[in-house]
Amino acid sequence: MSVNHCGDFKQTYKDDMRVLQTRFIRFWVYGFVVFLYVFPLIASTYVVSLTNMIGIAVIGALGINIVTGFTGQISLGQGAFLGVGAFSCAFFMNEWGIPFWLAMPMAGLVTAAVGMIFGIPSLRLKGLYLAIATLAAQFILEYLFLHLEGITGGSNGVMFPSPQVGEFYFDTDQSIYYVIITVAVLTTIYTTNLFRSKDGRAFVAVRDHYLSAEIMGIHLFKYRLLSFAISSFIVGIAGSLWGAYTQYITPEHFTIAESINYLAMIIIGGMGSVLGSIYGAIFMTLVPNLLSYGTSVLANVWSGAGDLIMSLKEGIFGLIVVLFLIFEPDGLAHRWKLIKAYWKLYPFSY
Amino acid sequence: MEFYVQLLISGLVLGSIYALVALGFAIIYKSTSVVNFAQGEFLMVGAYFCFSMVVQYHVPWLWAFLITMVFSVVLALLVERLVLRPMIGEPVISIIMVTIGLSSVLRSVVTAVWGTQIKTYDPPLFPDTPINLAGIPISQVYLWSFGLSIVLLVLFGLFFKYTKAGIAMRATAFSNQVALSMGISVKRIFALAWCISLVVSSIGGILIGNINGINISLGHFGLKVFPAVILGGLDSILGAAVGGIIIGVLENFSDGLLKTWFGLQGIKEVAPFVFLVIILMVKPYGLFGTEEIERV
Repeated sequence: MSVNHCGDFKQTYKDDMRVLQTRFIRFWVYGFVVFLYVFPLIASTYVVSLTNMIGIAVIGALGINIVTGFTGQISLGQGAFLGVGAFSCAFFMNEWGIPFWLAMPMAGLVTAAVGMIFGIPSLRLKGLYLAIATLAAQFILEYLFLHLEGITGGSNGVMFPSPQVGEFYFDTDQSIYYVIITVAVLTTIYTTNLFRSKDGRAFVAVRDHYLSAEIMGIHLFKYRLLSFAISSFIVGIAGSLWGAYTQYITPEHFTIAESINYLAMIIIGGMGSVLGSIYGAIFMTLVPNLLSYGTSVLANVWSGAGDLIMSLKEGIFGLIVVLFLIFEPDGLAHRWKLIKAYWKLYPFSY
Repeated sequence: MEFYVQLLISGLVLGSIYALVALGFAIIYKSTSVVNFAQGEFLMVGAYFCFSMVVQYHVPWLWAFLITMVFSVVLALLVERLVLRPMIGEPVISIIMVTIGLSSVLRSVVTAVWGTQIKTYDPPLFPDTPINLAGIPISQVYLWSFGLSIVLLVLFGLFFKYTKAGIAMRATAFSNQVALSMGISVKRIFALAWCISLVVSSIGGILIGNINGINISLGHFGLKVFPAVILGGLDSILGAAVGGIIIGVLENFSDGLLKTWFGLQGIKEVAPFVFLVIILMVKPYGLFGTEEIERV
C-alpha cells in the first residue's frame, strides 16, 4: 500500500522511479546518513560497539534476505557462511599477508563459491528439501571449522589482524565503526537497487511463481545460483567485518544458532524488504542487550532472577519469533507502513 | 570381527531409536505437512519428565511411563492448538521458523527446570547385567530398545493400514479437502497426529535416556533425524523406519572405521549429514517417498 502526498505530481518516468520520492524523505535519509557519521563523536563507547553489532547484523540480514526473502530459497546455513567469510579473510591476512581491504572482497568471493556449491541442490529441490540441504551444509561446515586446523585453528580459533591504512589501525570501536557503517550503507544502496534491476526482478519472479517465471524465459537454475552467490558474498563480507570487529574468531560463533538468529531477523523485520532487514537486525541485536540489562536490574531486587532469566533468554527469543509469526507474519516493515498510512490519512481513513 | 559386530549392534540400536523419532516426524509431516524442527526437543522433554517422575517422585516405572505418555498427549494438544493451528496456510518458511522458535522455547524451559547437568535414571528401566548373544555380550537396554522400537513400528504400521483412525489420517494426508468432504474432522486428525508423534518421541527419549543418560544434547536427535526421513522418503512411515535404521548403522560404521583407519575424530556428528547431501543429490524423494511431478 503506497500513499503519496497531495500535490506530489510526477512529470517524468525518471521521477517516478526514484528511490527516495519526496524532498521530505530525501532530507531525512541524507540527514540520517550524515548523522551516522558524526554519531561516534557524541555517543559512548558502549553505544558505538552496540551500533557496530547492528551494522554487521544489517549486512548479514540483507544478505540472507536476498536469498530467502526475495528469491524464496530457504537457507539454514547462513551462520556457517558467515564463518567461511571470517575464517578465509583471516587466512588471507595471516598467511598471505594480503591487506584487509583486498582480503575482505576475496573472502566474499570464497563464501560465494561455497554458497553456490550448496546452492546446486536448489536445481532440483525447493522449499523444505532445500532447507534441509542447507541445514546439512551448516553442520558439514561447522565440522570443517573445528577440524581444518591449518586454516581455522580448530577450537582455539585464530587472531584476526585489524585493518590498517598506512600506520593507522582500525582497532577501536570508534574507528572500526566507520568501516562497518560504510559497508552497511553501501550494501543497503546496492540491495535496494538490485531489486530495481532485471536480475532482482527475476529473483522476485522465481519466488512468487517459479513455473510462470520459467515460462517467461527466466533461467531458474541460473537465477537461483546467482541469488545464492550474491547473498553468500554479502554474508561473507559481514563475516569478515565480524572478524575485524572482534579481532579473534572461534568456530563457536558460527553455529546453527547464528543461522536461526539471522532467519529470525528477516522474519521479524519483514521478508523481501530491505527496510525490514534493517529493522530486524536492530531488533534482534537490541533485545538480548535489553534482556541482559533487565536481568542486571532485576538481580538487585531478587538475586534468583538473574539465573532464571539467563536460562530463559533463548526461550524468550524463541517466543518472540513464534509470536511474531502468529500475530505479525509480515514483519515490522509492514506494520510500519500501516502506521504511516494511518497517520497520513488521519482522521479520514476511507 | 567382534569390533564390526559391536558396531553393527550399536548401530542397529541407535538406528531403531532414530526410526522411532523419524516415525514421529513422518506422522506429523504426512498428515499436517508441518516440518517439525522441534521433534528432538519433544523427545528431550519426555525424557526429562519421566526422569522427574522416577527419580524425584519415586513413582514406579510402569506408572511413570504412563504418566509421561499422558503428559505428552496434553503437551501435543496444547502445541497443536496454540502454535500450529494459527499457522495453517502460511508459507513453508514460516512453519519451519515457528517450530524452530518452539524448540528454543522448550530447550530453555528444560534448562530452567532441570538444569544442564547430565541425569541418569535411577533405578534404570532395565537391569544392567549384559546378556550373551552368540558369544558377544550385549547390554539388556540395547535389546529392549531395539525390540520395543520394532514392536512400536509394526504396531503403527498396522494402525495406519487397518484402523478407522489410521485410514482417516492417510486420507487427510492425501488431501485435506477430500477428507473434509468425506466427513473426516481434519482438525481432530491434526491433533491426533501430534499426539501420536509426541508419544512416540517420548518413548524414544526414555529409551535413549536409559542408554546414554539425559542432558540437553538430546535435542540434537531431532536434527539428526532429517537424514533418516529424507532417505526413507519424507511422507512414508515404512521409509522412516528403514531410513532410521540404515542411517544409524551407517553413522556407527563410518565413525568406527574412519576413526580406526585415519584417526578422524567426531565423524559421528557429521556423517549423517554427508549422507543427507548425497541422498538429496541422487534421489531427493528417498526410497519410499512420493515423487512430486509437475507438468506445465
